[in-house]
Amino acid sequence: MKVTRDEVLRLARLARLSLADDELPKLEADLSRIVDYVAELGKVDTSEVSDAPRVGPTAAPLRDDEVRVGLPRAAALAAAPRVVDGAFAVPEFVDES
Amino acid sequence: MPERWEAVIGLEVHAQLLTETKLFCACATRFGEEPNRNVCPVCLGLPGALPVLNRHAVELAVRAARAVGCALHDLSVFARKNYFYPDLPKGYQISQYERPLATGGHLEFEGEGGRKRAGITRIHMEEDAGKNVHGVGGDSLVDLNRAGTPLIEIVGEPDLRSGAEAAAYLRALRDVLVFLGVNDGNLEEGSFRCDANVSVRQVGDAKLGTRAEIKNVNSFRFVQRAIELEVARQVAILESGGRVVQETRGFDHDAGRTYSLRSKEEAHDYRYFPDPDLPPLVLDPALKGGELPELPAAKRARYQALGLTPQAAQVLTGHPGIARFFERTLALGASPVSAANLIQTEVLRDAKLHGLDAELGVTPEQVAELLRLTEAGTISGKQAKEVFVAVAGTSRMPSAVVEERGLRVVSDEGQLLPLCQKLVAENPKQVEQVRAGKKSMLGFFVGQVMKQTGGAADPKLVSALLERLIAEEKT
Repeated sequence: MKVTRDEVLRLARLARLSLADDELPKLEADLSRIVDYVAELGKVDTSEVSDAPRVGPTAAPLRDDEVRVGLPRAAALAAAPRVVDGAFAVPEFVDES
Repeated sequence: MPERWEAVIGLEVHAQLLTETKLFCACATRFGEEPNRNVCPVCLGLPGALPVLNRHAVELAVRAARAVGCALHDLSVFARKNYFYPDLPKGYQISQYERPLATGGHLEFEGEGGRKRAGITRIHMEEDAGKNVHGVGGDSLVDLNRAGTPLIEIVGEPDLRSGAEAAAYLRALRDVLVFLGVNDGNLEEGSFRCDANVSVRQVGDAKLGTRAEIKNVNSFRFVQRAIELEVARQVAILESGGRVVQETRGFDHDAGRTYSLRSKEEAHDYRYFPDPDLPPLVLDPALKGGELPELPAAKRARYQALGLTPQAAQVLTGHPGIARFFERTLALGASPVSAANLIQTEVLRDAKLHGLDAELGVTPEQVAELLRLTEAGTISGKQAKEVFVAVAGTSRMPSAVVEERGLRVVSDEGQLLPLCQKLVAENPKQVEQVRAGKKSMLGFFVGQVMKQTGGAADPKLVSALLERLIAEEKT
């Protein structure tokens, strides 16, 4: 299946990646090949195989609604590249959610 | 709007569940703490941390779903909704997608033309994102205290036809959730949020028009206004032969317009898939059962059956704290109508309502006793007001104030008769008017007696005495 240039650009936007124009042809080709490769799975006959949606517990364990202290703030922020007023500082952006 | 157009509106409401802890970790959900005080490896999205579901959040979500008549699904599945945003540390939000908690309910509300009913498509559980503060020296600041807070999303059918109708639906939904104890109904603080899907179509068309989604409008009035503006915008586009673009829009109240935020993501852009860290949510009977609290509409009907006017019933069900106060006062023996009157005129005057908290200044015990004293004729209505002011904000009981101040109704004929005789003698003109059939003039005399006794006279007795005197003079 051919992945088009528009689809590559759309994926790049969703992934917050900026791509140079000369990167696009290679990505179009690579992504097309990846999709084709995964599509191989579609050839397997699974008509006799029952669903196995998951392994492990069949029902989510539930927790009582009791507060436990989490991380000290200093530890929570320790790995942040930049901290301002106890918050994670990031380049300014506009709320669009 | 030209009459051939019809607005079609569906609301998506996010309501924060009133739990102590977050949906998948034991961090506190308290509002207004210092940034990043209530965080842990799970809600920070640190590698290796595993989510564990909060039982009480499930109970509250189930309660909401039952109250709006949704079918509960014995098995529902948490899914990852993938997108990149600074306030979403994991890179995905845990939500429910293909298999939500509940589907297919409805909500009744008072619309413009009487009672209306709108469908509810589904209710699912999900976690909230963090909170951002913008414009701090070229930075945006991310606070993850809110990240992981439990929400339900209530997706409504596109059954609403105007901004006013949408606002009425939203109010009714808020009231239901608040009376259930599921949500505190606080739009300003964002614990009850609404997105509106708005489209227009020609009247008679079955097919829906292209819709725009208006995000996070934070008051009932603004929801109505934003929808009205958006409908007008779309009609103008279509009237001039243009096409509406599917997109997400914001609302600028000051400018009186909606504006484009971004093109709307398609569901497949989010690459939803079942969260491998979370087994399915299985509702056992213990989670599904239990009695639901009485809902506001049922309460209003019951109050009206007790003799209250529709308006009074509306006021007393405006907040669960007020309804609770009223019902407690009745349980202490007060009569419904006089209790409702006193609560509306005196108690609510200084009431402070914030979220689910109601500070009413007096207790049902004080109000019930005050009503008892008034109805037994121990004190007059005017004195009751004085006693109310004296007990408000204190733990003193009305009877103690009445005793201390020596308040009582003067119902001694010997004391009131000379006063009445004097008034009748001094006001022959008014006496004539009463005799001529002008009943309201009797009120003038009663008022005078009340004034001269400082409100202590028994108005019924005064009235009877005056009628007798005026009739006697005639003969």
